[in-house]
Amino acid sequence: MPTALIAEDEPLLAAALQHELAQAWPELAIAATVGDGLGAVQQALALRPDVLFFDIRMPGQSGLEAAAELADAWPAGVPFPALVFVTAYDQYAVQAFEAEAVDYLLKPVQAARLQKTVQKLRLALTQPAQAAIEPGANLETTLHQLRALLAAPGLGGTMAVAAAPPRLEVIQASLGTQIHMVPVADVVYVEAADKYLRVLTAAQEYLIRMPLKDLMAQLDPAQFWQVHRGTVVRASAIATATRDEAGRLHLQLRGRPERLAVSRVYAHRFKAM
Amino acid sequence: MRIDWIDKLRRLLQTLAFCLAISAVQYAFQPEQSYGMPLAYSLCIGTLGWAFIDMGRHLFPSSAETGWPTGWRGIALPAGGIALGFTLGSLLADAWTGHSTWNSAHLRVSLGITLLAGAACTYWFYTRGKSAWLEARMAEVHGQATEARLRLLETQLEPHMLFNTLANLRVLVATDPARAQHMLDRLIAYLRATLAASRSVEHPLADEFARLADYLELMAVRMGPRLAYAFDLPEALQGALVPPLLLQPLVENAIRHGLEPQVAGGRIDVQARLLEGGTRVQLSVHDTGAGLGAAPAPHGTRFGLQQVRERLATLYGTAGTLELIADSAGGTSAIAIFPLKTHAHSPDRRG
Repeated sequence: MPTALIAEDEPLLAAALQHELAQAWPELAIAATVGDGLGAVQQALALRPDVLFFDIRMPGQSGLEAAAELADAWPAGVPFPALVFVTAYDQYAVQAFEAEAVDYLLKPVQAARLQKTVQKLRLALTQPAQAAIEPGANLETTLHQLRALLAAPGLGGTMAVAAAPPRLEVIQASLGTQIHMVPVADVVYVEAADKYLRVLTAAQEYLIRMPLKDLMAQLDPAQFWQVHRGTVVRASAIATATRDEAGRLHLQLRGRPERLAVSRVYAHRFKAM
Repeated sequence: MRIDWIDKLRRLLQTLAFCLAISAVQYAFQPEQSYGMPLAYSLCIGTLGWAFIDMGRHLFPSSAETGWPTGWRGIALPAGGIALGFTLGSLLADAWTGHSTWNSAHLRVSLGITLLAGAACTYWFYTRGKSAWLEARMAEVHGQATEARLRLLETQLEPHMLFNTLANLRVLVATDPARAQHMLDRLIAYLRATLAASRSVEHPLADEFARLADYLELMAVRMGPRLAYAFDLPEALQGALVPPLLLQPLVENAIRHGLEPQVAGGRIDVQARLLEGGTRVQLSVHDTGAGLGAAPAPHGTRFGLQQVRERLATLYGTAGTLELIADSAGGTSAIAIFPLKTHAHSPDRRG
């Protein structure tokens, strides 16, 4: 019997979706309903449902971030669940979903529209043959879609409305009573840490108070690569990328001793030429 | 400065038309003389005078308003242009007609006409430039005001909020019609207030709090136990006048950026206080949310705050302030302070 996980922070809407699904897809069992983006990942990993219904705006982290984290932590060899995003109104999101052929539902959920989605999901679930041959196929498709969604304006990427800010030459970071001018070219990598960003050069570590998204908008994307949700690395500072037995990528850096984990969402960048 | 040649051509044609008119008037007064004479002088002097003045404008720093040099240069340029135009134009026309201006009685007449016509022409072009500039400015200001109103309405009628509320209503209609009706009433009051807010200038604080209560109750249905809120409005301040829905963006920010990101939700307190001296009101929106550092950036916040600041500045000048304070405990307080204004003689136009 197929199972599903619903992640929706508004209790009435979660109950309503569950109710509508019971009508449209009686065999589907709702494994759990969670109200935030962190619980969504935990429960999905624990219950391994066949279908995920993720609200976009959720406390903790967005449905999109939750999906990316889940894709990263998903055990190898197990088919990745079918993903359906649910959103009330978001013109950017809908554009992006359409562009990437991602399943989505608009709130209030209409029975006819839900019926269509259910048909698609049923079809996908009754074709397990393909999944058996290629267990990673579904995950690869999802990763590809998530990558595009994370870069879409208004969703994960920078707002389309704002004109591209000028490229940053130096990062101004306060250290004690001084303001340090850190040339961007000296930065090895940047890591998000709670409300701060850790900016690491070969010799020093600085803290700046700025969202990673904002900083990234001012860096040259050809030079600085995002390798994880909270990590951006200067490409030329990467010495090697190593894949471990579990299939996870790690980066060895020039000038810094740390090893950096690469999220599956961004692993596609590391291929031999 | 870039020169607009189409505009120059238009001015040249206007000048030529003016010259024809002057020579026609001259001919009308002295029909015994040939029409060719005044025409030749008028065209030569007029065209050269126009050329000196209109081209000369670009040699001096000009004011943006009119395109003319400012101060004494503004007087000297047409005066010099007219003198040069008269001298060279007369010489040119002399050569053309074989006549001599300089020793005849014509000199005074010709000089008088040139001075009058030059001054009139210059004044005409000057006022035309200025009114064109004023019209452009007015259109610009008008456009900005319209855009600001539209953006205000757009933030207040945030589609995400609207559709989520409707989605909740859709559920309640089936499961709990009485509650659905109650929620619908709140939504109606909220929408009415939002649309009315773009039209009226101020309303009593009691009304302001009632509208915030509508909004927060709608949000409470949606967020369930994740949202708690309380109002504190002293009796004495109920009639104090405030711009309608002034606090709305602050409460919205408290929910959107304070409470929504937190799994556990939080609490919002809206408070009104009379400050020492009794002449100023302090309105505060406090939340126990994620705090300022957690998710800065979303451009919606900035617009909301900027809009509150602008409204305070428009109504109270520097006496109206808005401050955003990060709590040590993690929440955020938005505090607006402005002069107390109560119902003096304005009739109650509600209802």
